[in-house]
Amino acid sequence: MASLESVRVAPGASVSSASAVPATTVTSRHSALVRVTHWITTLCFFALLVSGIEILISHPRFYWGETGNVLTTPLFKLPIPASRNLVPTGYGYVLPDQNGWSRYLHFQAAWVVILTGLLYIISGFFTGHFQKNLLPSETDRSWRAFSTVIAKHLRFARPSQAEAWSYNVLQRLTYLFVIFVLFPLVIWTGLAMSPAFVSAVPATVNLLGGQQSARTIHFFVSVLLVLFLLVHVVMIFVAGFRSRMRAMITGPAGSDMERT
Amino acid sequence: MSDLSRRKLIISGLAATAGVGGLGVAARMAQKYGLIPPDHGGLYGPGETLTYASQRVLTRHSLAREFPQSKISHPPLTNEMPPLNDAYKRLQAGGFADWRVLVDGIVDRPAAFSLAQLKSYPSRKQTTMLQCEEGWSYIAEWIGVPLSHVLDAVGVRPQARYVVYFSIDRDWWDSIDMADALHPQTFLAYGMNGNELPVGNGGPLRIRLPRQLGYKSIKFITHLKVTDSLKGFGKGSAAASAEDGSYAWYAGI
Repeated sequence: MASLESVRVAPGASVSSASAVPATTVTSRHSALVRVTHWITTLCFFALLVSGIEILISHPRFYWGETGNVLTTPLFKLPIPASRNLVPTGYGYVLPDQNGWSRYLHFQAAWVVILTGLLYIISGFFTGHFQKNLLPSETDRSWRAFSTVIAKHLRFARPSQAEAWSYNVLQRLTYLFVIFVLFPLVIWTGLAMSPAFVSAVPATVNLLGGQQSARTIHFFVSVLLVLFLLVHVVMIFVAGFRSRMRAMITGPAGSDMERT
Repeated sequence: MSDLSRRKLIISGLAATAGVGGLGVAARMAQKYGLIPPDHGGLYGPGETLTYASQRVLTRHSLAREFPQSKISHPPLTNEMPPLNDAYKRLQAGGFADWRVLVDGIVDRPAAFSLAQLKSYPSRKQTTMLQCEEGWSYIAEWIGVPLSHVLDAVGVRPQARYVVYFSIDRDWWDSIDMADALHPQTFLAYGMNGNELPVGNGGPLRIRLPRQLGYKSIKFITHLKVTDSLKGFGKGSAAASAEDGSYAWYAGI
């Protein structure tokens, strides 16, 4: 664990020197690859979200199993108007249909985010990014460490300077969950809705219990990703918007320069 | 210039050259093996090309999932559609006895087929899902003749690349590549769930492509044209460009 210890000590040293030296010579908080893939993913996420909502409103009903349509009982309905006449929503009007560009954009953004994600994952394993920055350190793998962090979050306590250089256990677990559970799940359920893809790999949809189940799970995972995004952005404001944005855009952290 | 930066410059120069060259070779290979969709241009061209090319490689011999009879959706859904035109109504009044499907283009023996002729060919059944891009779906048993059988009858020439199919509604047409046209599950369907194909589901004749979304399975088919290019067909429900048509040409997603 010596390597982890040294990683955790080094940032403190960098922070203390950060106030003395110009920002340009400070070590980067995030590697260039992490920063670039982060913003490409952000852009794609918004494209996928907007186009996904556009596609969703053409049929805001969800089902479980293989098939579902206006003649079958839905699992649940969203209380919103639809962009198609076919769907009885209870509203007296039909929203404009934007599925053309939405579908094109959705799948293009999906390609970009998948290729970006692959680059991030592969390089992350090679550079030790996951072990170093995201896997909770041994000392943090306890309920006490966990509850301390949660208590701090509940008080909306501003993080210490050392935390500008390292993620706490809750952050680490959340990022790991988003990267290794939510993103793979949203890709899997997306592929499970492709009639051509499942013709080649039927297990993709059969394991989920059907094409409509895949669509419903796709929706819920997207909701979780949006929740993650909201909390992520709120936490950036709590921690110090300028320093965290600077760390993810140009690299240096230096939270003590926040008020300059 | 230091040695290090010169080396960096040379290496990145070589990498860039290799990259551009690699892309050129990849593009030529993709063209040769039919991996470029007709709507490869424009803003969304790269995404469409990646989807089409990867699925053409992945799904070359794959069959759409077929379901047991117990999975058939009852009652079958009838999608909304534009009002039927007078030509259709006249044929409907005559029990579709005069319904013809003209098959022409780059074929050896252009011909017009009646429904009776199509039904005289070996009929096939498939219990597959019709999946709409809007999100809903249903499963039905489709009865018809494989399109490949009809194409064999007219003798498709080797340079054929697409089959364009037209509805009796003149603005409603679409097209598929030869890989899908010759796929064993691509039907000219005239029956559904043991009966004649209902009007609401495209009767008397619709195309069925279970490996693509429902909007490619056009209803009321009266004309098939075999072609080597999609240029000059004009705007359609899914014309071959993001600008002309509203939806992606390839709907295997």
